[in-house]
Amino acid sequence: MSESTEPHAHSKEHGHPGAKEYLAIATILTVLTAIEVAVFYIPSMKPMLVPTLLTLSAVKFALVAMFYMHLKFDHRLFSWLFVVPMLLAAAVILALLKLFGHW
Amino acid sequence: MSAASLAHAGAAEAHATSTGLNSRKMLFWAFLGSECMFFGSLISTYLVYRGRDATGPHPHEVLNIPFTSVSAFVLLMSSLTMVLALAAVQRGNNRGARIWLAATALLGMTFIAGQCFEFTEFFYDGLKLQGNLFGCTFFVLTGFHGTHVTVGVIWLWTLFGMAMRNRLPRERSLDVEIAGLYWHFVDVVWIAIFTLIYLIQ
Repeated sequence: MSESTEPHAHSKEHGHPGAKEYLAIATILTVLTAIEVAVFYIPSMKPMLVPTLLTLSAVKFALVAMFYMHLKFDHRLFSWLFVVPMLLAAAVILALLKLFGHW
Repeated sequence: MSAASLAHAGAAEAHATSTGLNSRKMLFWAFLGSECMFFGSLISTYLVYRGRDATGPHPHEVLNIPFTSVSAFVLLMSSLTMVLALAAVQRGNNRGARIWLAATALLGMTFIAGQCFEFTEFFYDGLKLQGNLFGCTFFVLTGFHGTHVTVGVIWLWTLFGMAMRNRLPRERSLDVEIAGLYWHFVDVVWIAIFTLIYLIQ
């Protein structure tokens, strides 16, 4: 990675969204949460409950990380520092579930 | 805040690094990565022991989904107020920073109050830390999350105090950004807990 001064990096890291975008993301997060709870109570959704909830949860997680934690706008190295341990944690969870016979 | 101390704060952030990225921010992202592993281990412990209890109470007997949905909504909204606080500090809007920091801290306190209420209800329903596997893994996981929220609330009130004394100028926006990263992380952990523990029973 090339040498650069901090002020330059600072300007690169601060192309953050404005209040309107933040409000739009909050609205989407609220709607997704409402859908999650609705899905939980709809009996006909039972067969699809787990994949639907996991997908909605992953979307919410990604929206907060990308827009509120600014990973979409900041340097990619920050994303790697966060995503790699997260994937490792997910792999540990899946390995333990397999080891203890949950599927 | 004096001009000299402001210049010092600005200079402290403007140091050169081999990556060109701020060292504090990089370190904090690495810390959040380690926190992912920490909560991953707690979540995996909960999931591994789920449904292996011979004695109750079981999750479907005690978990209150409508109540926790409101708590989840409160924490999500606190993430919105947190980014608005950061945006205010970055614009040099001290009044806005004070309002949004206080709002975030109050929403965090509301979440903690809800968790205290929930824990008390569970206790009277017979769910105890030593009672069964569900109680043990549930209280350890959600208790550690609640502790993280509590630390975040203390951090936010500290920043609020700085803003009240005009010690949170635009040059120190990184202080608020790092606190915000922590706060949003606590929020995303709750997104995972809400789905895996409360909704997928």
